[in-house]
Amino acid sequence: MRFTETIMRSFSKLVVAAALIAFAAPALAQDSSSIAVEQPYARATPAGAKTGAVYMTIDNKSGTADKLTGASSDVADKLQIHQMKVENGVMKMRELPDGLPVPANGSVVLKPGSYHVMLIGLKKPLTAGESFPLTLTFAKAGTISVTVPVQAMGASQDKGGMGNMGGMGNSNSGGGMGKMEMK
Amino acid sequence: MRARQWLLMVCAGLFGFAVVALCVVYAVSFRGAGHGVAGIAAIGGPFTLTDDTGATVSEKTLAGKPYAMYFGYTFCPDVCPTTLFDLSRWIKKLGPDADKLNYVFVTVDPERDTVKSMHAYLSSFDQHIRGYTGTPAQIAQIAKEYRVYYKKIPSADGGYTMDHSAIIYLMGPDDKFVTVIPYQEDDASAVAKLKNLAAMTPTS
Repeated sequence: MRFTETIMRSFSKLVVAAALIAFAAPALAQDSSSIAVEQPYARATPAGAKTGAVYMTIDNKSGTADKLTGASSDVADKLQIHQMKVENGVMKMRELPDGLPVPANGSVVLKPGSYHVMLIGLKKPLTAGESFPLTLTFAKAGTISVTVPVQAMGASQDKGGMGNMGGMGNSNSGGGMGKMEMK
Repeated sequence: MRARQWLLMVCAGLFGFAVVALCVVYAVSFRGAGHGVAGIAAIGGPFTLTDDTGATVSEKTLAGKPYAMYFGYTFCPDVCPTTLFDLSRWIKKLGPDADKLNYVFVTVDPERDTVKSMHAYLSSFDQHIRGYTGTPAQIAQIAKEYRVYYKKIPSADGGYTMDHSAIIYLMGPDDKFVTVIPYQEDDASAVAKLKNLAAMTPTS
């Protein structure tokens, strides 16, 4: 009895060790895997619009804080990381020159009415149903490329929070395409 | 002794009542100030601008119908298209009442928002919405009259963005301020406000 118990114990230790190695190895091998970009999307832009915005959730699975420092894409001349807020009825938008911090073991949400990657000098309007490539640069994790689907104007992908209260269902039903009404 | 205690209790009660009454009076007067008579008198006024078809427009163009007026700019990536998109949806929900109102999008960025670009931009929204632009002086004039805040914010790369009031003004047929639809108002409330506004249309 005692003999089997000892064997079982050392075996379970082995399993734990193997599991630890299996999980830890990829994390050590590739630094950028510490950052995950989830549900990136942009909204269709009105005709002739020169600007657009990209939204997403950035997850940081590592124990060290990181920072989104830049972005690039073929669809626009320039990309900037912006903070937007409405204060006392006034919309204020500012570039974040030092980047957007992504806390250790935490996440940051880019969403309408808040943070966004602003597309400046759009080469053509963003059309619902299309998608475009976007490369994000992080201070520690390096560059991460994602494909950004273009959704209908007014689309929202809020996970919980205010977006789900009343407004969201309605904004999604507001018409699939950028154009609301034909002339 | 008992009488004194009783008197004390009455005094305390009276004091408490006075405090509550004062709070109520203060709250009521504070609320009143928010929707104040002064505010009603102060918003709106004469203007001369150019609409998105190139025609000259003034406050007389809007006379006789109530109207919804929103100030923004076409280089705005988030709030302006969202608001115009919301407004388009509300106009649809108004049904036949939609025609009882005028809807105007006034740019606060006249340097970049030309007649042509305003027209193209608005083709993506409900066709009731008209776009107004003008010279920087004309825009400054209307913004002052409607108590609209706007400010050019230069960015490091030589471009700029605009800070601006992000509320829809609802004005009566007599050009008097009625109420506002703030940013991200829920559909039911916004449509109710527009319906009330449509009901103000004079029936001849």
